[in-house]
Amino acid sequence: MLHINHIAKTFNPGTITEKVALADVDLHLNEGDFVTVIGGNGAGKSTMLNAVAGVFPVDRGTIEIGGKDVTHLPEYRRAAYLGRVFQDPMTGTAATMNIEENMALAMRRGQKRGLRWGISNMEREMYREQLHTLGLGLEERMSSKVGLLSGGQRQALTLLMATLKTPKLLLLDEHTAALDPKTAAKVLELTEKIVTERHLTALMVTHNMKDAIAIGNRLIMMNAGRIVVDVSGNQKRAMTRGDLMELFEKAAGAELNNDRMLLS
Amino acid sequence: MELIKLINALPGAVAQGLIWGIMAIGVYITYRILDVADLTVDGSIGTGGAVAAVMITSGCNVWLSLAVAFLAGMLAGLVTGLFHTGMGIPAILSGILTQLGLYSINLRILGNKANMAISVNNFKLIVSARNARQMSVENPIITLTILTVILIAVMYWFFGTEYGCSLRATGANPNMARAQGINTERGKVVGLMLSNGIVALAGALLSQYQGFADVGMGRGAIVIGLAAVIIGEVVFGKVFRNFALKLLAVSVGAIIYYLVIQVVLWLGLNTNDLKLLTALVVGIFLAIPYWRGQLRTRMRSRKGV
Repeated sequence: MLHINHIAKTFNPGTITEKVALADVDLHLNEGDFVTVIGGNGAGKSTMLNAVAGVFPVDRGTIEIGGKDVTHLPEYRRAAYLGRVFQDPMTGTAATMNIEENMALAMRRGQKRGLRWGISNMEREMYREQLHTLGLGLEERMSSKVGLLSGGQRQALTLLMATLKTPKLLLLDEHTAALDPKTAAKVLELTEKIVTERHLTALMVTHNMKDAIAIGNRLIMMNAGRIVVDVSGNQKRAMTRGDLMELFEKAAGAELNNDRMLLS
Repeated sequence: MELIKLINALPGAVAQGLIWGIMAIGVYITYRILDVADLTVDGSIGTGGAVAAVMITSGCNVWLSLAVAFLAGMLAGLVTGLFHTGMGIPAILSGILTQLGLYSINLRILGNKANMAISVNNFKLIVSARNARQMSVENPIITLTILTVILIAVMYWFFGTEYGCSLRATGANPNMARAQGINTERGKVVGLMLSNGIVALAGALLSQYQGFADVGMGRGAIVIGLAAVIIGEVVFGKVFRNFALKLLAVSVGAIIYYLVIQVVLWLGLNTNDLKLLTALVVGIFLAIPYWRGQLRTRMRSRKGV
């Protein structure tokens, strides 16, 4: 479903702030894979997701989503294949537009937007049902501005919007990191439910080792712009945090430098 | 200071306010919807005025002239949009560049003259200051009100369509817009075109209203447009939630602006000091939300202690 073929990315090449964000990343996902991504600070986790999403062009390598080479497509064209949820709850929704308008925008992802009315009554009913499944009571507030919602509500809505039109790939970039523990757990539970029920292919960056082990069918660890650990199936299921640390240190030849990850 | 003088001047102020209200609706599209401060308007209003003056004096139909003025304004917006998206120039600078270039272009349109008269005696104009106090259908206030209502209706429709919604999302959150597959660069260009088209349309009405087009007629137009937007928001912000009503507030804001100007002039202000006064008033209104925020933080921190 996703083929990342040896991509590399260096920011500010030739300057004092030069940073090799992705040294050489090669990753292949099968349909239905739910892959968790962990790694130290600056390991390239978010950069990899952003490279797939087309936020910037890569220096080398190719990216294929669902059999289509998207390496040279701009961000807005790749959106046709992707659902995205960001770390910052403000990023995924338009605060000054209301809930149903945000959903109507998401519903038309990858479609031509013409001069038909932006939202139909039939859609409204569908959105109401969908919002109901979140269990947050948002279905009663469909004409409220999204800016009035809490961070957790906005993340849940963004998640719903990202999957409203089934994406070929769902990109979750530490989407629970900015939330309080209780809300984070709720959004994560929701994520699992949606991904499992809809058989989505997903890539989820997290700083929580426990979540990374518990969720999904495959786990990768990144270090210095490379994937250094890749476990799946039974091996992943049997893993403990200690095993994971050991595996990482052996592969990367360094200690894990992510405080948030160690403390969580 | 005879009251009758003021009362006599009021219909003219309303008519002028309506014309600038149309212009300010154009400014609203960039400033509020797209979140871009576009200074092209100082030039494109003159372009609209010049195009209309030249076409009408050479015998063209007035409505056709308005349409061509609108298209000319769109072209100006396209240039600013391409400066910004295609050449990576910050939006505000792109607008300044286009505005400067338009000065020469407007002179060219006017046949290398600084101004051109279009007398209501010789041509069939749709609005004229001369009829501002007439109790007839000739009165520009009637025509301008109808035009404003039509414009608001069209804008309400457009920004409610799928494409219009994508423009609103582009202004509200470009990251989100791109993640939903919206071409934000193109959206900005389209928004700038639409905005400047409307501004040029207002210019075409203004040159008819005042009986001449002048190459300098757009100087400070952006400030008047912003004044209208902000006055409208300050006065009606709490009650007008609907998009159409918000646009109406902009138009009424422009009328209030011209009524206030009229009163200030009647009180004895020198006409030459008008732009200074406008700049100060708009500056203060722009500062109010900032000051309010600061005050709130200070009160909160005091409570915290």
